[in-house]
Amino acid sequence: MDKLTRKSYELRRDIIEMIYKSKAGHIGGDLSVIDILTVLYYDVMNICPENFTDDNRDRFLLSKGHCADALFVVLGDQGFFDKQEAIDTFSQYKSKFIGHPNTEVNGIEINSGSLGHGLSVGVGMALAAKMDKKTYRTYVVLGDGEMAEGSNYEAMMAAHQYQLDNLCATIDFNNLQISGTIDEVMSSVSIAEKFASFGWNVIEVEDGNSCKQLLKAYQEAKQCKGKPSVVIAHTVKGKGVSFMENQKAWHHGVMNQEQYKQAVQELEEVLS
Amino acid sequence: MNTITNRQAICDILLEKAKKDKDIIVVCSDSRGSASLTPFAQTFPEQFVEVGIAEQNLVGISAGLAACGKKVFAASPACFLTTRSYEQAKVDIAYSHTNVTLIGISGGVSYGALGMTHHSCQDFAAMSALTGMRVYIPSDRFQTQKLIAALLEDKEPAYVRISRSATEDVYNESMEFKLNKATVLGEGKDVLLVACGEMVPYAKKAMEELNQKGISTGLIDMYCLKPYDAETLLQQAKDVKLVVTIEEHAPQGGLGSMSAHVLSKYCPKRLVTLSLPDEHLISGTNKEIFEYYGLDTKGIVQAVKKALCII
Ligand SMILES: Cc1ncc(C[n+]2csc(CCOP(=O)(O)OP(=O)(O)O)c2C)c(N)n1
Repeated sequence: MDKLTRKSYELRRDIIEMIYKSKAGHIGGDLSVIDILTVLYYDVMNICPENFTDDNRDRFLLSKGHCADALFVVLGDQGFFDKQEAIDTFSQYKSKFIGHPNTEVNGIEINSGSLGHGLSVGVGMALAAKMDKKTYRTYVVLGDGEMAEGSNYEAMMAAHQYQLDNLCATIDFNNLQISGTIDEVMSSVSIAEKFASFGWNVIEVEDGNSCKQLLKAYQEAKQCKGKPSVVIAHTVKGKGVSFMENQKAWHHGVMNQEQYKQAVQELEEVLS
Repeated sequence: MNTITNRQAICDILLEKAKKDKDIIVVCSDSRGSASLTPFAQTFPEQFVEVGIAEQNLVGISAGLAACGKKVFAASPACFLTTRSYEQAKVDIAYSHTNVTLIGISGGVSYGALGMTHHSCQDFAAMSALTGMRVYIPSDRFQTQKLIAALLEDKEPAYVRISRSATEDVYNESMEFKLNKATVLGEGKDVLLVACGEMVPYAKKAMEELNQKGISTGLIDMYCLKPYDAETLLQQAKDVKLVVTIEEHAPQGGLGSMSAHVLSKYCPKRLVTLSLPDEHLISGTNKEIFEYYGLDTKGIVQAVKKALCII
């Protein structure tokens, strides 16, 4: 198993622990996005605790902010703060590790949790880089259900207008949202064509839980000049825990002890 | 202890009324589960519209349906419904007088540890500021049902805020309800409590405790924030030494502000306004947050005693 994949499964274990302890969080979306976060934080982006005050650090925005649980685990593992503290106090009384990204937590650029904000903020950050002739890149991760928010399309237009080739969006395309599948709720068919028609460079990743495929996509995005890129990652909600995979009930389901044990066991098996 | 939430109460009455009224339409934004409206969507799929995670679209579509004769109930988390779609609420609903009831679910700090994006502590202020919008914050399930039934009888816009968890019963099935008339839950000579929504059961207990301690205390359930029932307030406030308002909202623009507005004009009184602070709140369950900021029975009793210089 390659290093990134191993890391993503270790982080899955942390997420499971955090969610089991807190009885809160959004496990389905965490497990679908964790490979994207792993590839970005452990390879693609130049963001670390040491450079977090550096003006030229890459910028990362989790627009699908309800998956803060996964992001906290990644940031903790990277040394932005004590990971175990985040796992132990997530969503608890007076904890700063609340259910959404917030700037009280080291490593978070901006508060989120209301869907459909990240891409506009990302456009602003990428635009600032152009103004200041800086080389940093801005990465925004969105949910497929989130793409129903109209603000995203305003941001897509602006990103093209300003030729933001330093902006890279990722759609965590797991086909599910809260009330059902994307098609049942609000179809996002031909999302790739939508982005393309807005003038974006579109990169589809067939297995969006494959670190190898994701890495290739982000490298390709870096090469694209003159327009923004979007990585459409076809993921599985709940990936890695068999009974959670592709089940809408696990959007924010809470595990009982038995389910927790099974989840840990399945992840351990992959890691051993 | 009651376990039926106000959102379930709303679903029940809409299910009952929709049997005979095909013009009742429910609109949701990937929010049917959290609004407890899944039974409605299943029973009357042809009277249910799903718009996806798109709150501006939710309110605009609701207005369009209403402009063509439908009686629309749009339900979405209060935080998103009242800020994301604010202009749609202003122009398409309030200004245009469309027959839409906006139902803000999981209001106030219901979402607890999900944080500030999910709290709606400005909704009383925001929605009351809109000319043409009425604002209601029912306390228990009985009042919620009576309110929805009354709103079905008229064609004007309204915003209704409810909380996520079950509220202790304040009333019973046979309660008297009059639209835009606040309920007097007790009369007192020294202190008048004025509360709404989730705060009413706490205030009721505080009233009982204060009366036991010899401090004669009354209570108004001001579920109709707009139009505010000034008449009932002035009647009950006339002879007391102190008025205390209690709300699950920021200090500005809500129940405290509206009560101050009426009192200062017609009946200046010592006024204490209990609310959430105008700052980023601590993380915790709604009950932990209430306790921390003194918005529970103990906090109310203490605030009264402090104001009367008893402690
Ligand atoms: C503006 C806004 N509306 C509604 C919500 C409530 N909400 C949180 S997660 C979610 C579903 C998200 O689905 P998707 O974007 O597909 O994310 P994923 O399936 O990856 O978890 C909704 C509706 C929100 N956080 N923000």
